[in-house]
Amino acid sequence: MINASLPALRRALDEKQISSVELAGLFLDRIEAANPTLNAFITIDRDGALTAAREADARIAAGTAGALTGIPLAHKDVFCTEGVLTTCGSKMLANFVSPYDAHVVSLLKQAGAVSLGKTNMDEFAMGSSNENSHFGPARNPWNPAHVPGGSSGGSAAAVAARLVPIATGTDTGGSVRQPAAFCGVTGIKPTYGVVSRYGMVAYASSLDQGGAFGASAEDCALLLSAMSGFDPRDSTSLERPAEDYSAALAAQAGEKPLAGLRIGLPREFFAEGMSDDVRAAVDAALEQYRALGASTVDVSLPNAKLAIPAYYVIAPAEASSNLSRFDGVRYGHRAASYGDLNDMYCKSRAEGFGAEVKRRILVGTYVLSHGYYDAYYLQAQKLRRLIAEDFKAALTQCDLIAGPTTPTTAWALGAMGDDPVQMYLADIYTIAVNLAGLPGLSHPCGFGAGGLPVGLQLIGNYFAEGQLLSTAHRYQQASDWHLRRPDGAA
Amino acid sequence: MSRSDWEVVIGLEVHAQLNTASKIFSGASTAFGAEPNVQASAVDIALPGVLPVLNRGAVERAIRLGLALGSHISPTSIFARKNYFYPDLPKGYQISQFELPVVQGGTITLRVGEGEQAYEKTVRLTRAHLEEDAGKSLHEDFHGMSGIDLNRAGTPLLEIVSEPDMRSSAEAVAYARALHALVRWIDICDGNMQEGSFRCDANVSVRKKGAEAFGTRREIKNLNSFRFLQQAIDYEVQWQIDTIEDGGTIQQATVLFDPDTGETRMMRSKEDAHDYRYFPDPDLLPLVIAPEWIERVRGEMPELPGSMKARFMSELGLSAYDASTLTASKEVSSYFQATVDAAGSAQAKLCANWVMGDVAARLNKAELDIADSPVSPVQLAGLIARIADNTISNAIAKKVFDALWNGEGGSADEIIDKQGLKQVTDSGAIEAMIDEVLAANQKSVEEFRAGKDKAFNALVGQVMKASKGKASPAQVNELLRKKLG
Repeated sequence: MINASLPALRRALDEKQISSVELAGLFLDRIEAANPTLNAFITIDRDGALTAAREADARIAAGTAGALTGIPLAHKDVFCTEGVLTTCGSKMLANFVSPYDAHVVSLLKQAGAVSLGKTNMDEFAMGSSNENSHFGPARNPWNPAHVPGGSSGGSAAAVAARLVPIATGTDTGGSVRQPAAFCGVTGIKPTYGVVSRYGMVAYASSLDQGGAFGASAEDCALLLSAMSGFDPRDSTSLERPAEDYSAALAAQAGEKPLAGLRIGLPREFFAEGMSDDVRAAVDAALEQYRALGASTVDVSLPNAKLAIPAYYVIAPAEASSNLSRFDGVRYGHRAASYGDLNDMYCKSRAEGFGAEVKRRILVGTYVLSHGYYDAYYLQAQKLRRLIAEDFKAALTQCDLIAGPTTPTTAWALGAMGDDPVQMYLADIYTIAVNLAGLPGLSHPCGFGAGGLPVGLQLIGNYFAEGQLLSTAHRYQQASDWHLRRPDGAA
Repeated sequence: MSRSDWEVVIGLEVHAQLNTASKIFSGASTAFGAEPNVQASAVDIALPGVLPVLNRGAVERAIRLGLALGSHISPTSIFARKNYFYPDLPKGYQISQFELPVVQGGTITLRVGEGEQAYEKTVRLTRAHLEEDAGKSLHEDFHGMSGIDLNRAGTPLLEIVSEPDMRSSAEAVAYARALHALVRWIDICDGNMQEGSFRCDANVSVRKKGAEAFGTRREIKNLNSFRFLQQAIDYEVQWQIDTIEDGGTIQQATVLFDPDTGETRMMRSKEDAHDYRYFPDPDLLPLVIAPEWIERVRGEMPELPGSMKARFMSELGLSAYDASTLTASKEVSSYFQATVDAAGSAQAKLCANWVMGDVAARLNKAELDIADSPVSPVQLAGLIARIADNTISNAIAKKVFDALWNGEGGSADEIIDKQGLKQVTDSGAIEAMIDEVLAANQKSVEEFRAGKDKAFNALVGQVMKASKGKASPAQVNELLRKKLG
């Protein structure tokens, strides 16, 4: 049951082989056993989960269950959950209980999914290793001395260790795809605007996008179908009919299911910087894709190297403004003692925010300042357009783009030292996708040195989520990397 | 140097609170006067994760203003974040418009001064942009602490910015009054200045007459009455002139007006000015206004004061002064229009005289708005009809008006009938009264014959008295001269 796919769990629940309450209990026990080591969860909500599971059982009994009714899941702690802590991995919100549910949370509740708790993350989703969490880093289930990636590290680790079958995440510069790659699970970030941002604590509004983690593309498709769709409360949400991403996966496939598919390989992604073990796994996966009938073509993204500098202007600029509301006045951390108003602001924010958050607020404040705005912010916006143009041009020569998700496998905790730029560079392949607003998916494609997973990234055109998921699904039907489990999760 | 060697330059920024039922980016109510913080939604208090959604009603009101001012309505405009920390600004930024405002340019024509000295002036508008209001900080009653009321946070505002076209406090006040009348006329703002629905900031500078360059300006913030606007500008102008004439220079600054002392005082200098770090709000898409939307709003616009004034002059034959006065506010103009509609346009001048005269005077005395007038336009028209057809004299008409005001009858006819006020035009009856008066006032008759004209007037008065005011004065005059002749 622990390793079952969502369709298998669905059958088990519908055929009364197991109740939702039993299933929730099974996973809750695993979470409680593993969390002292993995620290994947900030909040475990046993009572809430069992209540929801009982309701799910009633729906199943009444014959009104949907695809996710009774299925356990976990939410990244960036999604507001009514009555349950929403910390964003920060001391600033360590005591914050939201009075409302995020749109994603409410959709999944309506679908009858059972939330077991809130997963660990880099503070305010700023980081690539989960080491920036106020609650301590989550660990990589394949080797707890290594990071799970970030910022959605807790969700990726929880799915990899089978503490939960599926989990939500958010991806601003790679925060779903990179931890998915590091933890050997499948993760998708849809087109910007597909998943409502209402109730998702904002880091960089023009880049933030909710996403899904699962063992397979099949599981991700079920989760993403349930969490996406137009939301009038988010002005950047796209007004288009909801899609059933699972439908495309169900089509009958022959021996060459990907015949005719042109996969673009950006030469900039295969240049220096990629480690040998990642390259080997990625090459083997591409070979497998060719065996399934796909062809590969060389494409170019000449401005891709500008993605990191552009991102580290735009994201901090938006963050510096988005995080102004955490001022100690209405909720969240307030310093115990202070002089005047200014002192209250300074102390509350100095105490409430961690180093990386402060660094990005300072950078963002700087680049928006009078006299610097044109040189930094406007310039970065120009680069952003160039990067989007690159993808547009490349996608005229191919149907989707493939490459490594990350240059290396998961590094050891502390290995990046005090140099934030080192860590920023680890997002080189994922960040450009957010700047362009395109959908991206990472699926496991092998293991590198030390038995740590390697991820392959697929990048599609706008609204190509279904194509990305079905392509990955074909690959997963012909391979078993996504079925491998770390010790203790088998 | 004297005051007359200086020229005053004034530009105004007006914050008009738009009369939408809900806030500009949330569904919370905008009604004034509720208990603190009960009208603050999750969006208004800036809970983590909430997002703004633009209220189209606010945009529609901006379009109305743009159409009324002949402005360019930008097909695309951008909402920007103005970043600063203050406890009554929950997000730590105000959503406003910076580089691309929704309304650009336009003009407004005003009448400055009274009587002979009155003149018309056209003031150019720079722009009008949509933004949200902040909450209120309450510094009293909290024992050294401050209370925060976020009911007002997120209330839609239209900031209307003029060019520095005004040359006196009188022009500034006339501009503010004209704009105030206009926003109420097109029903986008209730104009309630006590409640802060219409607030003015005045940018004031002085320069030597004939100088081309503007002087350094100081901005007087938050003037919430026309009187304060005038007082603050007058004080500020004198202060600037005195300062320069005493050898000083003006530093750019923001100042506050203290109504108790009548003085302006510095709030912050240019050096203390915030760097607001404006940038486009990534939570809101560019505001796109399609031509069809503008045309729909245009179709729903009321007739504007300028065209109504011209129509009153050309169609009703009113003087420019009357037409201006009757179009000074929408309420007065609709009262007048309704009166003319009921009385017929042949009586337009009489209608104008009554609306500007007796009606205005009585309303003023009773401190009533014309919309609440106890005498309705139809009742007034009924009265005017009886004056026009000589049923009653002007003097009697005032009595009938008083009776209508006091609710002594539903119509002029009813009151005239009930109180027997119909003018006596039967010459036999009047002659009989004259005979009686002449018999009783032999002394006056002799005086008249001796050449004293005053005595004639006294006799007319006696006859009118005997008729209880109902005789036609002209007829009495005529018959009396005949008798005495």
